[in-house]
Amino acid sequence: MGMPILEIKGLKRYFHGSSDLFSKKVRWVRALDGVSLDVCKGETFGLVGESGCGKSTLGKTILGIYRPTEGSVVFKGNEISHLQGHEAKKIRKNIQYVYQDPGASLDPYWKVGKILSEPLVIHTSLSKEEIRKNVRKMLDDVGLREEHLSLYPHEFSGGQQRRLGLARILCLNPSLVILDEPTSGLDVSVQATILKLFIEIKARFDLTYIFISHNLSVVRMMCNRVAVMYAGKIVEMGDTREIFGNPMHPYTKVLLAAIPEIGKKVEQQREMPLSGEPPNPENFPTGCRFWPRCGFKLALCESVEPPLESAADGRKVACHLHKNPPVLITSSKCSSIDL
Amino acid sequence: MAPNPKETLLDVTNLTVHFHTDRGVVQALDGADLRVKKGEVVGLIGESGCGKTTMARSVLRVLPPGGRLVSGSILFKGQDLLALGEGELNRAIRGKRITLVPQDPFNSFNPVFSIGTQIRDLLKWKGGEESKTRVDEERIWEMLNQVQIPSPGSQLKKYPHQFSGGQRQRLMIAMALLPHPDLVIADEPTTALDVTVEAQILRLMKSLVRGREISVLFITHDLGVASEVCERIGVMYAGQDMETGPAESLFSDPRHPYTSELLASLPNPEGTIRDIPGDVPSLIRPPGGCRFHPRCPQAKGNCSREKPERIEVSPDHWVRCFYPRTKSA
Repeated sequence: MGMPILEIKGLKRYFHGSSDLFSKKVRWVRALDGVSLDVCKGETFGLVGESGCGKSTLGKTILGIYRPTEGSVVFKGNEISHLQGHEAKKIRKNIQYVYQDPGASLDPYWKVGKILSEPLVIHTSLSKEEIRKNVRKMLDDVGLREEHLSLYPHEFSGGQQRRLGLARILCLNPSLVILDEPTSGLDVSVQATILKLFIEIKARFDLTYIFISHNLSVVRMMCNRVAVMYAGKIVEMGDTREIFGNPMHPYTKVLLAAIPEIGKKVEQQREMPLSGEPPNPENFPTGCRFWPRCGFKLALCESVEPPLESAADGRKVACHLHKNPPVLITSSKCSSIDL
Repeated sequence: MAPNPKETLLDVTNLTVHFHTDRGVVQALDGADLRVKKGEVVGLIGESGCGKTTMARSVLRVLPPGGRLVSGSILFKGQDLLALGEGELNRAIRGKRITLVPQDPFNSFNPVFSIGTQIRDLLKWKGGEESKTRVDEERIWEMLNQVQIPSPGSQLKKYPHQFSGGQRQRLMIAMALLPHPDLVIADEPTTALDVTVEAQILRLMKSLVRGREISVLFITHDLGVASEVCERIGVMYAGQDMETGPAESLFSDPRHPYTSELLASLPNPEGTIRDIPGDVPSLIRPPGGCRFHPRCPQAKGNCSREKPERIEVSPDHWVRCFYPRTKSA
């Protein structure tokens, strides 16, 4: 992989949480709580985890939609997290975000032609004629036709709406694209078409992707490297093939075991599914955030938070067990997970 | 799986359902068949708009406005459900012999009543003769324990919004099982849940129906989920049933071109992507004959003219295709 295009260090983003009616004390939702990662030029970097783990918050904080509470975002060597106004606008041309629900992110009152030319009007000083030319080219690049320009977003199918979302960002010629759940809600055959398009576009426009998804089989297919998030933190990060082949963190293990697969039978699975549900982000457990659900918990885990450390094969794991996994993991085999 | 002499519980034959909309008549089901045997978990898979949910709703006769059952028959324990009046259906079938686990556990409870009130109401109406006068609290507690809702006493006082998605789906399953039904229709019961919670719920459902002689019609678009849970699977496309067979042989050896194309379009670790060319057809003006023929790699002239009959390619494995794929060695 090439040079890092994006370097994130200790990124935190807290939101105001619920507060009692008569107390002034504010509880904070720690949506993103100290995330550090590098994204290299030309790679597809996956972010996976269950809903509420902070994947989308991370994507939006990178772009600057959310201002970080703490930490830095360095894009192509420049700190961008505190930019404002004109400076921020220049950066946002280079980092683009494809939203989860294209049906809701396209203005229902605007025709497609207007939707697609808006980014060019905002970010460039092209003439009307040039804009029209650009839009037509983009439409062609994502596999739509010119007659689609006079339609409204609701007249498109889910797959076509994703194409529109992609066309809209491509016309700005970005270098980093954040894809937020790009295939959720699509049927498998449409999903395959869209994934194909993503791969094709990436090669043609020399893009770097951050691929946010909870669909692990799609991530396994698309991403070079992957970070597994749990409760606002990265628990494991590294080469996709190595992590899927040999997950080290207990959470990654159960997450991968839970993928429904053809040929697997529910009753024959050895690994028990995870009990319980993700913790309340206003009130995380002390120590490792995963210990209440973890089958390999040590006494240490309840009090000391494991740092994200490099393991033997270069991946990073935040778990007290990773230094001596074979002994512990084969001996206990999820015995303390009850269901 | 060997063909077993289990008796048929639900037998849907040649069901045609139309929806009358402003834009025209949507031919949602076109002579589709479905069979569920006693104690069997049957999956119904297919892409959105293929008629899975319409099939389930037709069985309970709860089609949305504009829906018409045009032709066909639905036999449940030998009784024709289409011949029953609304009153009789409510009294004897809906929520009693056939219950439903809905897709969205967030909107399926009444937000202004406590969970306990809603469960007791259900038992009062659907729990059988003895429940009319006295609700059996023990029966509720036992069921909540079985779906792993801890300390039922305090949970019953809570309101729906105080439960997480997974817990709500557990409660939905409890409510679907409490009336001792013969058939549970689960309409995408885990689609709204995260993958680890989904695994819990699937395991729970499977363990609860096993040994109770309850049949499940499991509707899902997730082929992996269907493979994990179901014994037999029906594949639907654009309102037609394309292939039905035992889960193992259907996935390892798909005989209908659509099934094999669908399986090929799943993401695989090798990173090769195949898609099915073309789009799902409009059901207002569906293609004639086999509705898959415009996208089918094996289609020939007669596919566009006549609809193929179901043929049994191997024991209990049915395909609606003129040119089924040959059995792979």
